[in-house]
Amino acid sequence: MELHFKSIGKGFPGVQALSDVSFSARSGSVHALCGENGAGKSTLLKILSGVYFPDSGGMFLDETRLQFKKPHDAIESGVAVIYQELHLVPEVSVAENIFLGHLPADKGVVNKRLLNQKAKAILERIGVDIDPRLKVGSLSLAQRQMVEIGKALSRNAKVIAFDEPTSSLSSREVEKLFEIIAELKRQDHVVFYVSHRMDEILRICDACTVLRDGQHVETFADLNGITAGTIVQRMVGRDINDIWAYRPRAIGDPMLRVQELRGKGIHGSQSIDVKSGEIVGIFGLVGAGRTELLKAIYRAEKGARGQIEIGGVPQSYRNPKQAIKAGLMLCPEDRKREGIIPARSVMENTNLSARRDHSLGGILINEGWERQNAKQQVDRLAIKTPSLRQQIVFLSGGNQQKVILGRWLSENIKVLMLDEPTRGIDVGAKREIYEILYTLAESGVAVLFVSSELPEVLGVADRILVMRQGAIVAEFAKSDATEESVLAMALPVSEGAAA
Amino acid sequence: MRRFFESAGMAVVLLLLVIGCSIWVPFFTAPLNIQGLLLSVALIGMIATTMLFCLAAGDFDLSVGSTVALSGVLSAVMVKTLGWPVWAAVLAPLGVGMFIGYINGFVIARVGINALITTLATMQIVRGVAMLISKGESIGISNERLISLGDWHYLGLHAHVWYMIALVAIFGFLLNRTVFGRNALAVGGNAEAARLSGVSVTRVKIGIFVLQGLVAAFAGVMLAARSSTGNPNSSLGLELQVISGCVLGGVSLTGGIGTISGVVVGVMIMGIVQNAMTLLSIGEFWQGVVSGTVLLAAVMLDRLKARKQ
Repeated sequence: MELHFKSIGKGFPGVQALSDVSFSARSGSVHALCGENGAGKSTLLKILSGVYFPDSGGMFLDETRLQFKKPHDAIESGVAVIYQELHLVPEVSVAENIFLGHLPADKGVVNKRLLNQKAKAILERIGVDIDPRLKVGSLSLAQRQMVEIGKALSRNAKVIAFDEPTSSLSSREVEKLFEIIAELKRQDHVVFYVSHRMDEILRICDACTVLRDGQHVETFADLNGITAGTIVQRMVGRDINDIWAYRPRAIGDPMLRVQELRGKGIHGSQSIDVKSGEIVGIFGLVGAGRTELLKAIYRAEKGARGQIEIGGVPQSYRNPKQAIKAGLMLCPEDRKREGIIPARSVMENTNLSARRDHSLGGILINEGWERQNAKQQVDRLAIKTPSLRQQIVFLSGGNQQKVILGRWLSENIKVLMLDEPTRGIDVGAKREIYEILYTLAESGVAVLFVSSELPEVLGVADRILVMRQGAIVAEFAKSDATEESVLAMALPVSEGAAA
Repeated sequence: MRRFFESAGMAVVLLLLVIGCSIWVPFFTAPLNIQGLLLSVALIGMIATTMLFCLAAGDFDLSVGSTVALSGVLSAVMVKTLGWPVWAAVLAPLGVGMFIGYINGFVIARVGINALITTLATMQIVRGVAMLISKGESIGISNERLISLGDWHYLGLHAHVWYMIALVAIFGFLLNRTVFGRNALAVGGNAEAARLSGVSVTRVKIGIFVLQGLVAAFAGVMLAARSSTGNPNSSLGLELQVISGCVLGGVSLTGGIGTISGVVVGVMIMGIVQNAMTLLSIGEFWQGVVSGTVLLAAVMLDRLKARKQ
């Protein structure tokens, strides 16, 4: 079985999202879709799942033309796309979610026993052991993803596409997902895999299609012997060998000193030092307490305690507002939930924090400053936006993140903390963000960032801290750190040995 | 033409409505009718200026109608029964309005109860208090100085119209030109992002409700002065008309989006539809049907527009 895309084209007002895209994917193989943000991957997935209707061209499963007028048609035809944000009903059981819309019923009465049996059988097909009677709300994110896969299989899906499935999973959960994907492949499905993580693509994918600016660049029918460098080069259209572009710099006196930090999700009390001009990276698996640590330093959660010094001066701030005044900022992890104000403009989002200090008496807006500052940040960070008045939600993920950085660069910044600053953004934008961090550090700012991408931590940080189960368990200088040594410290150990 | 229609949206609808009514509705353009039309939307318009802030911040306030009634009753009792001077009988109800707003804001922002439940409760409490104080009866006001505050004319327009214009100017300025106004929109757009960016979400929300209480009380006192009665049954259902006006003007019920010009347009559309129906002698029972249909149609039109983008 083969799925063919033939001359697919799709335009939106002002942009041609896809033009003349043709390629084929075989069943029994995992096919990667690569491209920077805005390359057209999402549009292609939405066409595949019936959310969008292509302006030209079509999709064919072998000889049969697939024509979807609405998402339901795609499901009926055996095409399922599993998005980052899962579409499950948390209040009802796993089995009911799997068979949502086609519950096994006799004259309208649901046969619960049959339902649970069938759900269990489906989950067993992919080697998953979840009690089908549990409520979905009580499951972990990884388990919910498996339920979503089960839902696709209950509809006899022949084509299953994954959109960034590993972005919120721990490494053990990722392994489990890869086993499931291998199983789907063995069962002769067409599997699409969209991810920014090159290591994953090289590991589990058999073929790869690269898109750039809505056009098909190349399809590698066989990934044997292909390197990440080759794929990335096709994605960006230029050579990026060393995306970190690390450069050493002079490191000064301690800028941030945190002692006996306690709070929710932190084990015992923890201490951290970051020097002026230094970039410190925190690595840890999801749930290791990294976000909690940063939020405790920022006093974003109630109940955080501990002594904090900035530039040698003891601090007594009690909330983010006062922390910002003291020169410490946090760029939060979840851009959508905690970072951007979707309905407001690029200008509003940039000036949100700093405007108070530039207003007349803390009351009247200084319109001149507002415009000038937003323009300055847009220029300096090379933010791609049609205008300062553009709603931020229409920008790409990388540009949204740059606006949030601009929000902090408008402040008098001494310490910048960033939680997963490059999650879900493309290679080009990542590189720009690293460059911003280096420039900031060179101007004497202390930078503390968290990432679950190990190569990124190793590539960008001067010093690496490893967190596990709410505690900082190891520290590496850049020169001593290897992927193996850092990962070994981050992996969970049994309860007894943890203490 | 289409692009123009999409960007201007409701303003175009208002324009077409005015043109249509001028042509087909007899006496619509008569100066006396225009004056009456403006006066008829003044109460809703005044309160809509602060309801805009509530909605922009992602909340709403159902207690405004009750606050209007209570402040009117209080003012009447103060001058008539208690014999207080006029300035006290105006300022004290305003203080009570701010207090009601503070309670609303405190419970919503600090305790974390949602705005629907909170203001549904205070709506009943405040109305109940107005009934208790007045024993359920309207209280007449004979104090000429109080009446004259709510019943004067300038350039042919009634005092309430001028008050509405002043409040639109004040709160338009507050929304667009002050840190408080911009923060209100930011809080409604994404409260957590605003908090992590150093905005005092609680303080902004409480501030908004206090202003809402103040404006509702002011409108209540002026209504009592104009009608020379403090009526505990006045303004039943006013809160929904105010919210309808805001929504017609493109204010988002989920917060983060809203403009003062939109609110003016929304309130005017409501008033004109009502006025035209009266002039065309359409029965009172039909008016509710038409007003509701207009609201639903406008909101659906807006949704279609958003979907197209």
